[in-house]
Amino acid sequence: MAEEKDSRKVVIELQDVKRYFQVGSETVKALRGVSFKIYEGEFVTIQGTSGSGKSTLLNQLGCLDTPTSGEYILDGTPVRRMSKNQRAKLRNRKIGFVFQNYNLLAKTTAVENVELPLMYNNKYNAKQRREAAIKALQAVGLGDRLEHKSNQMSGGQMQRVAIARALVNNPAVLLADEATGNLDTHTSFEMLVLFQELYKKGHTIIFVTHNPEIAEYASRNINLRDGKIREDTINTNIKSAAEALAALPKPQDD
Amino acid sequence: MNILNLFKVSINAVANNKMRSFLSMLGIIIGVAAVIIMMAIGQGSKESIRKELSTMGTNLLTIRPGADMRGGVRQDPSAMQTLKMADYQRIVAEKKYVTYVSPEVTSGGQVIYGNNNTNTTVYGESPDYLDIKQWVVEEGDCFTEEDVHKAAKVAVVGKTIVTELFNGADPIGKTIRFKSIPMRIIGVLKSKGYNSWGMDQDNVIIAPYTTVMKRINAQTYFSSIVCSAITEELSDAAIEELTQILRENHKLKGEAVDDFTIRSQAEMMETMSTTMDTVTLILVVAAAFSLLVAGIGIMNIMLVSVTERTKEIGLRMAVGATGAVISLQFLIESVVISVTGGLLGILVGFSVSEFVVPMVGMPSSVPAWSIYVSFLVCVVIGILFGYIPAQKAANMDPIEAIRHE
Ligand SMILES: Nc1ncnc2c1ncn2[C@@H]1O[C@H](COP(=O)(O)OP(=O)(O)OP(=O)(O)O)[C@@H](O)[C@H]1O
Ligand SMILES: [Mg+2]
Repeated sequence: MAEEKDSRKVVIELQDVKRYFQVGSETVKALRGVSFKIYEGEFVTIQGTSGSGKSTLLNQLGCLDTPTSGEYILDGTPVRRMSKNQRAKLRNRKIGFVFQNYNLLAKTTAVENVELPLMYNNKYNAKQRREAAIKALQAVGLGDRLEHKSNQMSGGQMQRVAIARALVNNPAVLLADEATGNLDTHTSFEMLVLFQELYKKGHTIIFVTHNPEIAEYASRNINLRDGKIREDTINTNIKSAAEALAALPKPQDD
Repeated sequence: MNILNLFKVSINAVANNKMRSFLSMLGIIIGVAAVIIMMAIGQGSKESIRKELSTMGTNLLTIRPGADMRGGVRQDPSAMQTLKMADYQRIVAEKKYVTYVSPEVTSGGQVIYGNNNTNTTVYGESPDYLDIKQWVVEEGDCFTEEDVHKAAKVAVVGKTIVTELFNGADPIGKTIRFKSIPMRIIGVLKSKGYNSWGMDQDNVIIAPYTTVMKRINAQTYFSSIVCSAITEELSDAAIEELTQILRENHKLKGEAVDDFTIRSQAEMMETMSTTMDTVTLILVVAAAFSLLVAGIGIMNIMLVSVTERTKEIGLRMAVGATGAVISLQFLIESVVISVTGGLLGILVGFSVSEFVVPMVGMPSSVPAWSIYVSFLVCVVIGILFGYIPAQKAANMDPIEAIRHE
């Protein structure tokens, strides 16, 4: 269990978080009391059937939403009573999002896309922004595609840009919702290799996925059902995505 | 995000959608151009009328029959026959502040020479008239007091008459006919061209006032008397003097109102200016309404644009944009559209006013302030009509926005 006494730094702490939605006269209980801690450097997958509350949970973790009750502490900061603007700033400094459908700005170069979060941080000037963006793109293996526009890239490349964008602000935690959902098997594994590399560098990653296979490549797996945690297991035998990728048949056009 | 970056983002957004941006600017371009052209024509007409009136002599005084009409009361026709020979003679005899005096009687109609004819106006005047109007006889001579005395059938003609009736040949000594009265041409006026109303100032015939009164019109009164004060500054004294003379002559005592009206050139200019201002104002207001419509057009397009870019807005919010920054981004975008449209409108309006309007023979002069005001108005339109779309963007929920397809 992950609840054991631990000297590692707690990045995320949920205390009995509930999230109810009022739809007409009905109350939809998307999260019915979720508690867990995530430590720095963990690679956590969140799984569960459709409608089990994964996205709702991720929205809480990403400070896009606030709990109906319970408390969420991100990197030492309690979030529940924060204003919209405070949460926007918190997202800007501590969160990196990777979305299923990349969400890049159209007709915009890779560097400019990656710079976006820093545009909303006045501590960065233009030069520092660009340097940070180039560094992030190099980290995802796109150092040679800086000026490519979003519409000139493949799905895998777009998702790498999105990951670079999520990394550029040195976030406390990287949140991915179905980040491989739109990619073919080969490219999905390339992405997994990248996430494992980031994990090894010490990044904290939370990865929502439908694919149970992916849990084998992460360090911990949380399983949701009906808005509650059904299972929370540590994976002691992490598989190498790089090896799995090498074992895959090469794609035709390569 | 700092303002400079917001401007970059907005300009990129506008540039990435050139056709749509241009279409939303079109209303502003047309509106601003129209306002500037209207103001230029208004200002130009005013200036040219002023110039004209002042070349006619700023010391010019005009006496018209009938009480002051500015109250708008209609007068009976007999009131228009109050200026008589006796008035003229007494003014000539007693004037101190007035230099030149000429009674005026006019008659419009066809003038004939041989097989040629043209429509014109015959002005019956005294020889002083040319001095009052500062007109010059270029060839031949003007008629004399002697001619006036005899109601001589002589005339001084303008250049247009020479072209129309004589095909430019020397007309001196030739006899023309006006309303079956033969008149011998003794002089030709120097050309004055068209005035700002588009009237040909060379299409005139000047004859002794006695000739027009007795032989052509068969009337005993003048349509007006024109005088010149010694100087412009003495105009008021001259008006005083003329009023005195005429009231005495017309036996008006005590409270009785004047049965004539004296206007100085300065007053005429004032009246002209006010009239022009009113006309200009009406035209500018009409043009300004088109700017209102243009603003609504911008709001429309911005609302569509905000909806289309819901996902982008969601993304920006997710990575840390606050509602205020998003709102500012779209507000600036709408200002960029309206100001770009405004600048193009200024360019179009200025070019048309400077080059096209004069080509069709209308006076035009772009007042500098109309350009500054247009620019400011565009900024205001951008902010005003960008506000609702910007609020719509700022109030989006990032979770829903980012999921939007
Ligand atoms: N904004 C909302 N208003 C009302 N109900 C909502 C809202 N968001 C989520 N829900 C409900 O909460 C429950 C959990 O939804 P959620 O999107 O978190 O599921 P999920 O595990 O991400 O599903 P999937 O695997 O299909 O993405 C669902 O029953 C959903 O209908
Ligand atoms: Mg989901």
